[in-house]
Amino acid sequence: MAQKLIELVRNEFSDSVLDSYSQHGDETVVIEPESWLALGKFLRDDPGCDMALLVDLTAVDYPQKTPRFEVVAHLASLRLGHRLRAKAAVGATDGTGAQIDSWSGLWGSANWAERECFDMFGVDFRGHPDLRRILLYPEFVGHPLRKDYPADRIQPLVAFRDAENIEKLPPFGPSEGMSFGRKTHDQWLTNRDAADDDL
Amino acid sequence: MGQLINPTTTVLDPAETGFFTTRLESILAWAQKYSLFMYPFVTACCGMEFMAVSGPRYDFARFGSEAPRSSPRQSDLLWVVGTISQRQAPILRRIYEQMAEPRWVLAFGTCASSGGFYDNYTTVAGIDKIIPCDVYIPGCPPRPEAVLDGLMLLQDKIQSGDRRPSVVKPRFDPVTDPTLGLVQLRRPSQA
Repeated sequence: MAQKLIELVRNEFSDSVLDSYSQHGDETVVIEPESWLALGKFLRDDPGCDMALLVDLTAVDYPQKTPRFEVVAHLASLRLGHRLRAKAAVGATDGTGAQIDSWSGLWGSANWAERECFDMFGVDFRGHPDLRRILLYPEFVGHPLRKDYPADRIQPLVAFRDAENIEKLPPFGPSEGMSFGRKTHDQWLTNRDAADDDL
Repeated sequence: MGQLINPTTTVLDPAETGFFTTRLESILAWAQKYSLFMYPFVTACCGMEFMAVSGPRYDFARFGSEAPRSSPRQSDLLWVVGTISQRQAPILRRIYEQMAEPRWVLAFGTCASSGGFYDNYTTVAGIDKIIPCDVYIPGCPPRPEAVLDGLMLLQDKIQSGDRRPSVVKPRFDPVTDPTLGLVQLRRPSQA
């Protein structure tokens, strides 16, 4: 059923489709980012595709690959009952140059989905009417879902109180409870010895 | 269940202690503790449990804590219910600063007490990094009985004039009973 859909896309974009496969029943098509807008128009307007619903649009960061970010869009057709995952890879290894066309003129839901993608990954959507942060605050520096953003860096808006033992985590007293936090957990993973495995 | 094995309160580092010395002050404290106007600063899933505590089965209105006030100027007790994100932190600070003395803060749930299971770029690891807190009620979400324990604990502290922060603990913690064999300790030193 969706195999037909992949054939339709491949026939229309024979020179831009890089890959297509079906993974656990999810049909996927990987396309060059230059054809992203044309693909969106085709998927929405062609009566054989009729993908009226853009389910989600996000990105995945593969820091070892070039291009680095893979923009992933999930689409569904309510009338014809098929779904498609469209992917396009953008961005250099240092994170710059991640530009792709915006689908906000085609689907209304793409507006906020692309804002979230920009907020978390820094992918720039050309033609987006209002590309700014949506979940984080404007004072935030960086894009936190990138793999090179340190997981334990916080950027507080309010200075922490000047009180003693502010690092102690309530409601536990100093000698109670598990030492919380990714740092200590990672240290435990690397420093574990035979005694730790003796359950 | 029902037997008080562990004390229900743990008192953490004392910030300041106060003592009511006159009868007038103790009458005033009695009036304050039984008429706490609350500001429910509800952000997340603990809000569902807050609604349950306010419902007919576990009713916090019978403790005098009946009136929710949407204005910090009119409330005594700030209930911080749910996760506070870094973006929400200035708002919480502002609400706390607008409250008039005497004011108390209750951290409802583990996200408000210590950041909960979140350890990321966006969650404040406990509201006491931003505002001083009087009672911590851990739980994800805490049982309504635990919330009522926390409220009663706060009322006791108001009566005695104690400003030290304290924690609600379960009345009977099965983990501490070694005969039940519920918890396998990894290292004998933790016994």
